[in-house]
Amino acid sequence: MNSAKRITLFCGHYGSGKTNIAINYALHLRQGGEAVTVADLDIVNPYFRTKDSRAELERAGIRLICSDYANTNLDIPALPPELYAITDDRSHRVVLDIGGDDRGALVLGRITPAILAEDSYEMLLVINRYRPLTPDAPSTVEVMREIEQAGGIRFTGLVNNSNLGEETEPDTVLGSVPYAEELSRLTGLPVVMTTVKKNLFEALQGQVPGLFPLTLQAKIV
Amino acid sequence: MSEKVLMKGNEAIAEAAIIAGCRHYFGYPITPQTEIAAYMAKRMPKIGGTFLQAESEIAAINMVYGVSAAGKRVMTSSSSPGVALKSEGLSYLAGADLPALVVNVQRGGPGLGGIQPSQSDYFQATRGGGHGDFHMIVLAPASVQEMAEFTVKGFELADQYRMTAMILADGTMGQMMEPVSLDLAVSPMPEKPWATTGTRMKRPHNIVNSLYLVPEVLERSNFERYERYRTIEEREAMYEEYRMEDAEICIAAFGIAARVSKNAINEARAEGIRVGMIRPKTLWPFPSAPFRAAADRVKAMISVELSMGQMIEDVRLATECRVPVSLCNRVGGMIPEPEQILAAIREAAKTGGNKQ
Repeated sequence: MNSAKRITLFCGHYGSGKTNIAINYALHLRQGGEAVTVADLDIVNPYFRTKDSRAELERAGIRLICSDYANTNLDIPALPPELYAITDDRSHRVVLDIGGDDRGALVLGRITPAILAEDSYEMLLVINRYRPLTPDAPSTVEVMREIEQAGGIRFTGLVNNSNLGEETEPDTVLGSVPYAEELSRLTGLPVVMTTVKKNLFEALQGQVPGLFPLTLQAKIV
Repeated sequence: MSEKVLMKGNEAIAEAAIIAGCRHYFGYPITPQTEIAAYMAKRMPKIGGTFLQAESEIAAINMVYGVSAAGKRVMTSSSSPGVALKSEGLSYLAGADLPALVVNVQRGGPGLGGIQPSQSDYFQATRGGGHGDFHMIVLAPASVQEMAEFTVKGFELADQYRMTAMILADGTMGQMMEPVSLDLAVSPMPEKPWATTGTRMKRPHNIVNSLYLVPEVLERSNFERYERYRTIEEREAMYEEYRMEDAEICIAAFGIAARVSKNAINEARAEGIRVGMIRPKTLWPFPSAPFRAAADRVKAMISVELSMGQMIEDVRLATECRVPVSLCNRVGGMIPEPEQILAAIREAAKTGGNKQ
C-alpha cells in the first residue's frame, strides 16, 4: 500500500497487531525516502509499546513520539507534549499507533479536529479473525463502530492481519480472506493491506490483495 | 470449537472460566491483569452472567464469598498488591470451606512495586495467603494454553475439595499472545448440598460461617481440613520433567522462568552439559516426589525464580538438602536472560558434585 495521504492511523481491536504494523509501515515509508514520525498514543496497554522498538526506529532515522513514561512502572495514560507535532509539522509523514478498542481510540478526541481539518489521512482498521471477540464480520463491525464513535473519525480502509502467532501457516491467512471480504462488503471499505510475517510472504505472493511483509517484531519479553 | 484462536493469557483465563461455567466475576482493575476484567465486562452481559467492578479488592473477594455460598462457580482476579488486600477474604473462604477461583497475575514488589512481571508472591500463595492455618491449591501455568486449562482445572479442584484454587501467573503470562484451543473438557459440577440455596421448608438451614464458639469444635474443623489437605498432597501434585533422563544438573522453575530455562537447557545440552528441569505445575501441593527422586541422581540443583528465592525453600525441603541448591534470579520486574541461566548451569557443572 502506498497512500498519498500524510497521516496514517492504525486502530483496531485490542491485540489485533497495530503496534507491529505501525512500525513496519513506518519503516516502509522511510525506505521510500520520506521523513517519517511514529506516534505511539496507546493509553490502554502499558506493556506492549512502540518504544520497545525505539533503537531500530532511530537507526532507520524515524522520529518516535511516545509518552515519557512508556516502559516504566508509572502506569498512567499519559500523552507526550510532542503530540501536537503530529498535525503542526506537515513536513513529516506520520504513522499513528492507537490503543485497542474504543477505550484506546478516546485519545483521538484530542487530535481528530486537526486531522480532519487538514484532510490528508488514512484511518485503517486492523483486523484478525483469529482473535476471540472478532471471529466474524458482524462482531468486527461492532468493534469498528465503537472505535469510530470514541475517536470521532471514520475508517477509510481495512488491514487484514489475521494470524495465529507462531503457528501461522499460509492457509491461516488464506482462510481469513473471505472474512476480510465480507467485512469489506458490509462496511464499503477496501482491504488495503494483508499483513504477514516475512517468512510467509513468498508463499502467499499473488494470492491475497496488497500483501505486506512484516519484518520487525514488537517484543514483549 | 476445535479451531485455535490467538489470545492473551489474561483473555484465555477469562474465556476458560466462562467455559467452566463461571457466570459471576468480581474484580477491580490493576495492571497487568486488567484484560481479565475487561474481557468479562464484554462477555458476561452477553451470556446472562454478572460482571461487577467492585469498589475495592476487599469488596470483590467478599462478593466471591457470597456467590460461592450460594453454590455457584465464581472468580476474582488481581495482581500482587490487590491480592494482598484479598487475604482476609481468602482466609474466610478457607474457614467456611468455600470453593472459589482466584487469579494472581503477579507484578514486582514489595509495596506498590511496579507493573512488570514477578514471581515474588510464591510464599503468599503457597503458605495460605491469609491468617490462620489453611492452604490454597496453587496452579502455575507456563503457556497461554495452560492459562486456559488450569482455569478449568482450578474450578474443578476447588469444587471437589471445597477450597480456593489460585492461578499464580505473572505479567508476562498474562500479556503474551499465543494460539489456544478452547476445546476444553469440563467435568460436571458436583452437588453442593451445603449451599445456601433456600430450604423450601424441606430441609434444615445451611449455615456458611467461619466463626466457631467452642474451641474444641474449631480445633476439630482444623484437623479435618488438614486431613483433606493430606489427600490433596497425595493426589494432586502436577509437574513436567524436561530432559531429566540422564541429567546431572536439575533446574527447578515454574511459569515464565521455566520457559526461559528451557532455552538455556537446550544451549547447555549443545555444549555437552547434561541438564534438565522439573517444572512444578502445582506449587501447592508442591511436587516433592520427583525432586526427592532426582536428588539421588543429580549433583546440583538450580532454582530459577523471579524472586529473591522463595520456591528454593520447597526444593530444599523436598530434597532434604541432599544436593546443593543454588538460586538464579532477577527481581523487580526483570526476567532472567537465557545467558544468565546458562552461566549458572556452567558454574554448577564445574563446582557441583560435593555429594560424595
